[in-house]
Amino acid sequence: MTRYVLEYHLVSYRRIWRSSVLSSFVLPLLTMLGFGVGVGAYVTGGVEGVPYLDWMVPGLIASTAMQVAIGDSSWPVLGGFEWQRIYFGQAAAPLRVADILDGHLAFVVFRTLTSCAAFLLIATAFGTMHSWWALATLPIAALVGLAVATPTFAYAASVRVDSYLAVLFRLGVIPMSLFSGVFFPVESLPGVLRWIAYALPLWHGVDLSRAATLGTAPDWSPVGHVLYLSLWAGAGWLLAHRAFRRRLVV
Amino acid sequence: MTLIHARGLVKRFEGFTAVDGIDVDVQRGEAFGFLGPNGAGKSSTMRMIGCVSPPTDGVLRILDMDPRRDGPAIRARLGVCPQLDNLDLELTVRENLTTYARFFGIPRKVARARADELLDFVQLTERADSKVEPLSGGMKRRLTIARALVNEPEIVLLDEPTTGLDPQARHLVWERLFRLKQQGVTLVLTTHYMDEAEQLCDRLVVMDGGRIVAEGSPRTLIEQYSTREVVELRFNAESQEVFAGKLTGVGRRLEVLPDRILLYVDDGDDAVAEVQRRALSPASVLVRRSSLEDVFLHLTGRTLVD
Repeated sequence: MTRYVLEYHLVSYRRIWRSSVLSSFVLPLLTMLGFGVGVGAYVTGGVEGVPYLDWMVPGLIASTAMQVAIGDSSWPVLGGFEWQRIYFGQAAAPLRVADILDGHLAFVVFRTLTSCAAFLLIATAFGTMHSWWALATLPIAALVGLAVATPTFAYAASVRVDSYLAVLFRLGVIPMSLFSGVFFPVESLPGVLRWIAYALPLWHGVDLSRAATLGTAPDWSPVGHVLYLSLWAGAGWLLAHRAFRRRLVV
Repeated sequence: MTLIHARGLVKRFEGFTAVDGIDVDVQRGEAFGFLGPNGAGKSSTMRMIGCVSPPTDGVLRILDMDPRRDGPAIRARLGVCPQLDNLDLELTVRENLTTYARFFGIPRKVARARADELLDFVQLTERADSKVEPLSGGMKRRLTIARALVNEPEIVLLDEPTTGLDPQARHLVWERLFRLKQQGVTLVLTTHYMDEAEQLCDRLVVMDGGRIVAEGSPRTLIEQYSTREVVELRFNAESQEVFAGKLTGVGRRLEVLPDRILLYVDDGDDAVAEVQRRALSPASVLVRRSSLEDVFLHLTGRTLVD
């Protein structure tokens, strides 16, 4: 049943996929040029022995996964309950709450994967990939996507107006992209901030991605990273399921 | 065969009881109506029948299954037209039907064929490939009804199917629903439009405050709770009240409204003659047949419930 819900979201996406694919390529291209080539020129010594661009790109791929996943789980989920109310239509069909939730999550993962694949392609063209392990950034991106999408689903299903979503972006998404080791190593952060970075999901994806594209060992054990991200995804799913149930079965 | 069977059905939310112990039986092929003012418990009842709201107490069986346990299996055989449209405005009219059909596991090819049939049925064929967003309220409503039929349901639940539509659109919806009824589809609808209930329902219950206060066909309800005719008298005066005293004994029942007096009578012309005999000269006199509206207002009162 989940696949029918995914199918619906894909049909819905078909209307905008051209513009969406274009922006999936333009955004990384601009970042490569602006951050990598521009800022990278100032960071002459590189970071941890590699050019700044090569060091930063895997972090940006993980960060893109996070931003796409949260973007696609915030307004669309709130709208599914409050504006177009499509979830209520789905709940009247023989779908279970879990089908409705999983179908939409599967679509968010699809969007995360395609956006990150575009980024990976561009980044490879710029010669920033050091290892075939770079392909592992895609499953990592999917995991990061699920780790942030599930709690966002829960949050967006629990609020009634979209000003709460703006709060999520200001207090959650932006700080997380800045302080999760994407642009500089988390070790440069003062103690408390560093622990916040460790607690949030993104850094774990960044560390894994970086190890993959540079072909080096991650700072943490890879199994630990995967388990921690899975914990976010699992706990988030339970919260999202509860929030969806509260709205759809009353 | 009884398709919907409820005994002592209760729905309680935190702090209030929406449905307070109702008994309902709906037979196959029937058009059954829930009538009542806002807050009477109609929509809560419909949501329980639609298996998206578990009953708090009592017995509820639908298609001889238990909604608490067999929700998806029951929903597979229901069609639901909700009070608020929840169409996908970004998709085309046809895609709304085909994607929805897939939720029932209907193969794509069958879904496309059925979508075309249904668009013809609700007279939207010409708009099949346009987006839903710019459609009029009546067209959206017809599309929602078409979507409710996409799985060839045995029971169609319609929650206030024509609320908010203009008269032409309402009549078109009624006509389509009447056709469905002729095809033997069981219809269950809620409404607070009396003309809708009289047009469509074989049998109905009047709900008020979560309870059923009357039950029967539109005709038997009118016979039981009203009179054959109603005379409406308007007097040119500050208050109609003073004239009420002079009308005692005319008709079976009398009701004073701020702007007119209603006399519930068996024969309107006789009553008007009696009013003239008593030398009362109302500014206007209207004799009309009693309607379900009179029953409804008699049973649920005239106080506005929001």
